[in-house]
Amino acid sequence: MLKELAKFKGFSAKNLPKEEPFAPGHRACQGCGEVLALRLALKALGMNVIAVSATGCMEIISSPFPYTSWRVPWIHIAFENAAAVASGVEAALKVLKRKGRFPKNRRVDVVVFAGDGGTGDIGLQALSGALERGHDFVYICLDNEAYMNTGVQRSGCTPYGAMTTTSPPGKKSFGQMTWKKNVPAIAAAHGIPYVATATPAFFLDLMNKVKKAALVNGPAYVHVYAPCPTGWGSKGEDSIRLAKLAVETRIFPLYEVIEGKYYITRKITKPKPVEEYLKLQRRFRHLTEEHIREIQQRVDAEYERLLRLAECL
Amino acid sequence: MGKRIAKEVSIAVAEAVKQCKVDVIAAYPITPQTHIVEHLSELVANGELDAEYITVESEHSAISACLGSVATGARTFTSTSSQGLALMHEILFIAPALRLPVVMVVANRALSAPISIWNDHGDIMAQRDVGWIQTFAENGQEAVDLVYHAFRVAEDRRVMFPVIVNLDGFNLSHMIEPIELPDQEQVDQYLPPFKPKYKLDPRKPISMGPVGIPEIYTEAKKAQDEAFKNAYKVIVKAWDEFEKIFGRRYRPIETYRMDDAEVALLIMGSLAETAMTAVDKMREAGKKVGLVRIRLWRPFPLRDFVRAVKGVKMLAVIDRALSPGATGGPVAVEVRSALYQVPGRPRIANFIAGLGGRDVTVEDFEEMADKAYFYMKKKPKEPYEMIGVKE
Repeated sequence: MLKELAKFKGFSAKNLPKEEPFAPGHRACQGCGEVLALRLALKALGMNVIAVSATGCMEIISSPFPYTSWRVPWIHIAFENAAAVASGVEAALKVLKRKGRFPKNRRVDVVVFAGDGGTGDIGLQALSGALERGHDFVYICLDNEAYMNTGVQRSGCTPYGAMTTTSPPGKKSFGQMTWKKNVPAIAAAHGIPYVATATPAFFLDLMNKVKKAALVNGPAYVHVYAPCPTGWGSKGEDSIRLAKLAVETRIFPLYEVIEGKYYITRKITKPKPVEEYLKLQRRFRHLTEEHIREIQQRVDAEYERLLRLAECL
Repeated sequence: MGKRIAKEVSIAVAEAVKQCKVDVIAAYPITPQTHIVEHLSELVANGELDAEYITVESEHSAISACLGSVATGARTFTSTSSQGLALMHEILFIAPALRLPVVMVVANRALSAPISIWNDHGDIMAQRDVGWIQTFAENGQEAVDLVYHAFRVAEDRRVMFPVIVNLDGFNLSHMIEPIELPDQEQVDQYLPPFKPKYKLDPRKPISMGPVGIPEIYTEAKKAQDEAFKNAYKVIVKAWDEFEKIFGRRYRPIETYRMDDAEVALLIMGSLAETAMTAVDKMREAGKKVGLVRIRLWRPFPLRDFVRAVKGVKMLAVIDRALSPGATGGPVAVEVRSALYQVPGRPRIANFIAGLGGRDVTVEDFEEMADKAYFYMKKKPKEPYEMIGVKE
């Protein structure tokens, strides 16, 4: 276990921070799982934060000038460069502390919030560069599995079979015909000290992971599953249910990679069938039984692979 | 005063950046900018410059990291050329709109294709409208002096705009010239510490880079434009101050032998040195030719320019960039528009020369001046022509 994490006891219902760094009144859709995850992550981090957003849903819903939901310093430059902007913020803090122009002992966590497109597609290069250079920052990908802000177009993180506006099912298509890109594995391949997956359904787990990500020295990456009722064609009130089902069906397993070692943080011994998860969402409505079988097989195999990673390493 | 010693211009520029005590440098290597950033890395590695050097993975990330850094309150520098500058394009607009005063040196180089590492102004002309203050250096000493000036102007609270200092790639960046680096005390006297009014600091949270709905976008742009135009006064005053401390005088527009000139060559950057030789030669032959050089390209010094060309019959505008299908090269289009409402304005002949590292010789300038004389009597058939094209 990393020594930076040794003293961290974890959040519980009794010691939840009172601060809300992310203010209500923003313009997110009803039932948005992404803004919930964002709020929880910031709650875990507290007020001594500089936040960087990539262009995307969370950026536009939180900052229609002259309003802002950010009670912590916040900057948005563009879509693909949030990790690079954060690199600059982190480097500046380091040098300003060294030169006595910023209080030396004041801990400030630099955190990035970006969607799956801003992370795994257009922002992948900037992310990789920042992870490789070892900046002390937290990168949080809020993954709602498509380009929701522009009207639900497919991304590299869109799951197999999902209908989006650029992966429509038709005579020659059954929706997204590629498997979801494994961005946490890409992050882990950089040999960074901390990688984790989380969902707002297990909110203490999410908050603990975000806090650990901030506590470790060096880059940390947290991949958060973020239900999107608007893009997925699900009910707003089902967002938490879906976030839970994604874990219980093993579609979105919860794990940590600490210094290269995999730990499954929520073992699912009796998985629910994927169909239970799929049927709640209009984006999967067109799938045949065969497609669902195919998805089930893939999910089983991926989980096996993850178990082996957790055992062997 | 410092000593005048022979130095490669890139090295001298890096030394000047060091004297400006930058806090953060983020840069990606590209020819011919490399010697500047290599020397800065060396200075950081040796502990001669206390700065964070971010070895980013692209120019897009270089400028992005710079914006993050300067927004946090650190003095920030970057440098690039050509394709690298083009890759920054998207982010370049955002820096002035958020009033983030980064300083960048561009070692000007042609854009691909065909790929060329050599000098012209195609790279920077593609960034004409990004909203950065832009200056052009003629020689090594000026390149160095413009660096001090750039930080002083950019970080002035009445300005808070990023600055690009242009210097011709290879033709200037790789030359060894006698350059005087001032004493550190002089630089400190000229350049106060960077103290931005707004920065990213948890003790006083602000939101930077919000959404601009149609109700406020125009107003935001109007505010930016007004502030940019007002920067002119600070730019010129900073040169006045510069003269007081360092003894060298800089103006937005330079003129050479313009007193009774009928024909004026108009140039930007290092070509002016050759052009001056050509002007001397033509003057000896009895031709009334002068030279005008634009040092401050953005914001465009309209009044200074009109004053500089007053009384000239024919202006030979030499563009180092092509704007395909336009009514001229970028400089010609600019000055033609600038002069349109001026009574008794000179006529304009536009020459595209020195693309992708092609030398522009004294003879080329003579040819252009001769053509300008000819066009006084007979209107040119085309709005612009290329010089030195091999048949």
